[in-house]
Amino acid sequence: MTTRTADRAPAAKRADIASREWKGPWRRYDIVKEGVIALVVVSILTVLLAGLFSSPDEPPLTFQGWATSAPDNFYATAVQELAGTSTSAGYGPPYNTAADGISVGPLAPQQRFGVTHPVDAANDFVITPLRSQLQSADVTDALATWDSASSDQQTAWATDYDTALTDADGDATKVADGDYGPVPVLAQGLTDMASAGALDGILMSQGVFYQTDFTKQILFLGDGSYLDDAATAAHLQGNTWGMMNETGSYPGQAWLWLYSFWYQIPQFNSDNPDDYLTSHADAIIFYIMAVLSLVLLLLPFIPGLRSIPRWIPIHRLIWRDFYRTQPKS
Amino acid sequence: MTADSPNPAVEPDNVQAVVDSPADVDTGSSVGLDPTVDPDPGIDPSSSMWTSRLRRAWMSKLPPDELLPDRQPAYVASWIYVFGVLTLAAFLVILVTGLVLAFAGPAWYHTSSPGLFTNSLHFWSVQLFFVFMVVHLWGKFWMAAWRGRRAMTWITGVVAFLASIGTAFTGYLVQTNFDSQWISFEAKDGLNAVGIGAFFNVANLGQMLLLHACLLPLVVGVIAVWHVLLVRSRGVVPPIDTVDTEFSVTPADGASATEVRP
Repeated sequence: MTTRTADRAPAAKRADIASREWKGPWRRYDIVKEGVIALVVVSILTVLLAGLFSSPDEPPLTFQGWATSAPDNFYATAVQELAGTSTSAGYGPPYNTAADGISVGPLAPQQRFGVTHPVDAANDFVITPLRSQLQSADVTDALATWDSASSDQQTAWATDYDTALTDADGDATKVADGDYGPVPVLAQGLTDMASAGALDGILMSQGVFYQTDFTKQILFLGDGSYLDDAATAAHLQGNTWGMMNETGSYPGQAWLWLYSFWYQIPQFNSDNPDDYLTSHADAIIFYIMAVLSLVLLLLPFIPGLRSIPRWIPIHRLIWRDFYRTQPKS
Repeated sequence: MTADSPNPAVEPDNVQAVVDSPADVDTGSSVGLDPTVDPDPGIDPSSSMWTSRLRRAWMSKLPPDELLPDRQPAYVASWIYVFGVLTLAAFLVILVTGLVLAFAGPAWYHTSSPGLFTNSLHFWSVQLFFVFMVVHLWGKFWMAAWRGRRAMTWITGVVAFLASIGTAFTGYLVQTNFDSQWISFEAKDGLNAVGIGAFFNVANLGQMLLLHACLLPLVVGVIAVWHVLLVRSRGVVPPIDTVDTEFSVTPADGASATEVRP
């Protein structure tokens, strides 16, 4: 039998205590009782919070709402879809080949994986919905004219009208005279269709009985200012910590605070969208978060970081009762 | 019962009850027992059966008194230890309320009072879940809980945390309200920029529902079980720079205390 004292115990032996079975004092611990009490407490807390505060549930926006509350914006967006100047029409992968997508150094995964959810903005958002319903004679004639024109002619009509409409501050009644072909009639026909509520159903069904993919609706809705304005009013924009906000005064995804944090840095959020960090922010911030997640995952193996708990002795607070009974080592 | 028969199940009169058919019984034998039939399968401690091996491995790694212990080291005495089990409790509430929501569907929880209340239960249980989980995570960080070959416990905990974020994110996408519209519109750009959007389409409600209501909860659940089993098998990490009774303390009078290690 050997005799030792605590302060003469080798450091390696002390460290090894974490690796072997505990040989010190024990206490009774009813783990099942603890679990049952925890479940009851959490259930009661949840019921109380739900009963007192309910939950956020703002109804979804509709194309009908957009076309009736902001008809000029809807009309202008329809023209942009035909002209190929909308955000969706010029997005690039995974929706189309109109752009290369974002690349950071040699990393160009957006381009690498290509088009996996094809979206033809002019046809999917304007022409096909118009064609799917019985239309007035002028819209039917306009569709026939559009169909019989070459692709170049279609583009020329639509881009000329898009430019003229922009010059007229979006007011179709003030657009300068020009050869715009059937574009004004098609845009008005789609606006009328949306105002009547028909476009919501047509875009949802997409020519099939069942479907669960809302990619086209979301893209089209986001091309105008209607969705963006609603998000701004609800303080949901990314540059105002919107990622962790929720409609109303409810807590949102607060656990995304670090992801949201990067978007608040001016270099990732400048007024000039051509700034490299701003235009590449989505990719760069994702990579930063991926690296940080990896660091968190592998923390036990990273010298320095893994020693922080030893340097900042919060553990003395956590185990204060036990340390009182322990000799200082 | 014969004196040398340790198990009544293999009494000669009972043999026919444990063999496959009368043809298996050697009727020429004095006891009617086929010598190829193991009279008591399952008690051989060195059996090479896969089932036996699995049981032995499980029992050596995690015997019942470690799986469901009724005692813990004396240092397991802080409120911080409660947050792990609170996280699991909140997860159970999330599963139950989420199951009801998925079963009844959006038309129910958007328009009826019981539906909205169930949606609220789900919403607040998720908020509680993350509060508990983050406190648990910070607690384990400051306790340096990865010490003593517990790195995998930490890693499974972090993976559960990240998978939970993914589960919650897809939950926001399947609310089928304005929030879902905005989040899917905004989130697509970040995911598309790194190529993930080519396969993980935030605007595809069917795909998001599959992930949120089935695959990701399964991932979180399996990892959480793994995490808990690791905690049970490794034990709760002892305080930093502590000693246990293997090295006894020197009494105040200076006399050496006797070491208690056998």
